[in-house]
Amino acid sequence: MIRLRELTKKFGSLTAVDGISLSVGRGEVLGFLGPNGAGKSTTMKMVSGFLAPTSGSANVCGHDVVEEPVKVKSRIGYLPERGPSYGDMTPQSFLNFIAAIRGFDGNEKARRVAQTVERLALGEVLGQTIDTLSKGFKSRVGLAQAILHDPEVLMLDEPTDGLDPNQKHHVRNLIREMARDKAIIVSTHILEEVEAVCTRVIIIARGRLLTDDTPEELLARSRHHNAVLVTMDASAVEPVQKEIAALNSVEGVDILDGLEDRARLRVMPKHGRPIVIEISGLIRAKNLPVRELHVEKGSLDEVFRDITRASEGMGEGDA
Amino acid sequence: MRNIRIIALREISGYFTTPLAFVFIVIFLALTGAFAFYVGGFFERGQADLRAFFEFHPWLFLFLVPAIAMRLWAEERKTGTIELLLTLPVSTTEAVLGKFLAAWGFTGVALVLTFPMWITVNVLGTPDNGVIATSYLGSFFMAGAFLAIGACISALTKNQVIAFIVASAVCFLFTMSGLEMVLNFFRGWAPEVLIDAIASMSFLIHFDSVTKGVIDLKDAVYFVSLIAFWLFANVTVVELKKAG
Ligand SMILES: Nc1ncnc2c1ncn2[C@@H]1O[C@H](COP(=O)(O)OP(=O)(O)O)[C@@H](O)[C@H]1O
Ligand SMILES: [Mg+2]
Repeated sequence: MIRLRELTKKFGSLTAVDGISLSVGRGEVLGFLGPNGAGKSTTMKMVSGFLAPTSGSANVCGHDVVEEPVKVKSRIGYLPERGPSYGDMTPQSFLNFIAAIRGFDGNEKARRVAQTVERLALGEVLGQTIDTLSKGFKSRVGLAQAILHDPEVLMLDEPTDGLDPNQKHHVRNLIREMARDKAIIVSTHILEEVEAVCTRVIIIARGRLLTDDTPEELLARSRHHNAVLVTMDASAVEPVQKEIAALNSVEGVDILDGLEDRARLRVMPKHGRPIVIEISGLIRAKNLPVRELHVEKGSLDEVFRDITRASEGMGEGDA
Repeated sequence: MRNIRIIALREISGYFTTPLAFVFIVIFLALTGAFAFYVGGFFERGQADLRAFFEFHPWLFLFLVPAIAMRLWAEERKTGTIELLLTLPVSTTEAVLGKFLAAWGFTGVALVLTFPMWITVNVLGTPDNGVIATSYLGSFFMAGAFLAIGACISALTKNQVIAFIVASAVCFLFTMSGLEMVLNFFRGWAPEVLIDAIASMSFLIHFDSVTKGVIDLKDAVYFVSLIAFWLFANVTVVELKKAG
């Protein structure tokens, strides 16, 4: 439903978005990841029709954003970065305005507004001016504005920025609920968010698309993916280390800091393959004095850092 | 049309949820009154008309109208709501017209609220109410022209103070260009055509003839085309800003 082709934006000599191509279909929640200044917001601004692309194109539900901007805008729900809304209005009058401009009238308008208010739990602040609302409510007013017309395409630029953990949880649930029949793009730099809601992840840095994977695939790239943590009595470290290191599928064994009389080893697998079964088999066969095994999934943080750092190296090489 | 109306209504409601509307109207009424009575010599003239009142409108509008226009776009850019507005399913032209009409309607209300002047002059004598009506109309269209200029300039910046000062300066040029003092400066050396052109661009000259009770097609065309031109420029500025 969203198709970007070689989308590019230059601000003077700075290329903020550099030839990004991708498509997002119904039912997908695309996590848009990248360090600050990577070009996430600029990309969204082009798709939403706020900025004109320098070159390339963005197509939403079959309409080109430059040629048919109003058609595109009527199909998108867009939450700009920091969720701006008219501060001197109340959520009630603001949402009435949005509903009217989205083409709803009379009963239908009232119904949409009421439904959205309930969905985002805005009832208690409906009559208060937006300027006086807490950060959490303000950001939910922004979100309400984006989903009021039940759009086919939803673009949220850092929707959970500045929310407390409960509010984040609420917003993530909301995104998951809406995912079924929409194409959603969520930009964020919070990695746990990606694991929580996204079906697909892209990482951009310096305006370039670096990866396009599922969160699971991305995790698999982690150096610690499928590594096994082995805990035992401190006295037993050496024999255990020797036995495990001798396994064919093991790349290496690191000794980690232990707790008091416990010691911990991290067993790194070859090619990220699962090795925990083999290790536990070995432990049973040799009756090794191991107390605990723990399989690591790896961390997106680490993958994210690896990927974006590598690109910075590339960037400097170019310059 | 529907979108223009919705945007205009939202904009207008913004005037009345803040003290802006109140402050503006009070100052406008106080100043138009003060100028008419003290500077224009409303009573001393001993004539039943409102010339003393209308005479000062161009000079009041010079800073009062840019004060309304300055926030139209600059404020939206400053607070970021422009990103919201321009990603709603409305065309740039609709947004520009909606905002302009809201501000213009508001100045219309301010003008209507000067009706005690009209009542006073009717109580004291028998004025030519046709002249007064055309003067009001002229004043309203002149305010519209000032506003269109101010709105366009407001779209160029996110700083309302800059928008105000630049708009006042441009309006000042449009007003001044009709003064004899200014025209004399050109008379010595510039061709007659240029002088006529400069004079014909002036608010004063067109407004003056309107307040004499003559509605000339020329004056109507002048104000309407000036408004149209600056609104078109406003749309262009907003579009160009998208190119970044
Ligand atoms: N209007 C603008 N004018 C000039 N540079 C801009 C503008 N908007 C963004 N940039 C630059 O473009 C780059 C990408 O910004 P942005 O898309 O906001 O990044 P992100 O949202 O990923 O943090 C940054 O270097 C930023 O400074
Ligand atoms: Mg951003």
